[in-house]
Amino acid sequence: MSEGTAKKFMFVNRSAPYGTVYALESLEVVLISAAFDQDVSLVFVEDGVWQLKKGQQTKGIETKNFSPTYRALEGYDVEKLYVEQESLAARGLTEDDLIVDVTVLSSADLGKLMGEQDVVLSF
Amino acid sequence: MLHIVNKSPLERPALTACLRIAEPGTILLIEDGVYAAARGAAGETPLREAMTRHKVCVLLPDAEARAIGDRLIDGVTTVDYGGFVDLVAENRNCQSWL
Repeated sequence: MSEGTAKKFMFVNRSAPYGTVYALESLEVVLISAAFDQDVSLVFVEDGVWQLKKGQQTKGIETKNFSPTYRALEGYDVEKLYVEQESLAARGLTEDDLIVDVTVLSSADLGKLMGEQDVVLSF
Repeated sequence: MLHIVNKSPLERPALTACLRIAEPGTILLIEDGVYAAARGAAGETPLREAMTRHKVCVLLPDAEARAIGDRLIDGVTTVDYGGFVDLVAENRNCQSWL
């Protein structure tokens, strides 16, 4: 697909990683979108920021730890990762707690970015 | 932009996050989200504040099913299913705060 027809897709991640399947499903759809050369942004807000927390150890719950996948996104040209500052702060987290480099945005800047998208998908 | 909220404000923080992030636009309350528009309930204050920046709509069949169709906050716009479709069609994009 040529660049001219690429749409701006935003994936809004609002759920913690293991309590529900949303985070994993989002990641799978993100990878599919990237395969179609779309302009993909990932946003992490509310409990979604926990998806990026360093040090997830899932052996004890016999579930695949998919957090390393966020590091691999760069290889699929998915490089726009955004985290809302308010959501981080409310959970006692800072950028240093996250497994990938992200852009931290204020609520207002995130709202503006959301408004610029062609497609917004919520997980 | 259209923002759709379907969770009660007392059960889940979906509306809170939506109101924090959304640029001025349209907010549509559906399903349990309609409780935010009930006069006298906890959602009234944040919703009134939101109405200074956004157009706030309520899906009337959902409000009526929950017996709050006659006690909606003044100034909210009620829509039927056709109105719901119109809102989706007339906005450039849409975020569902599920």
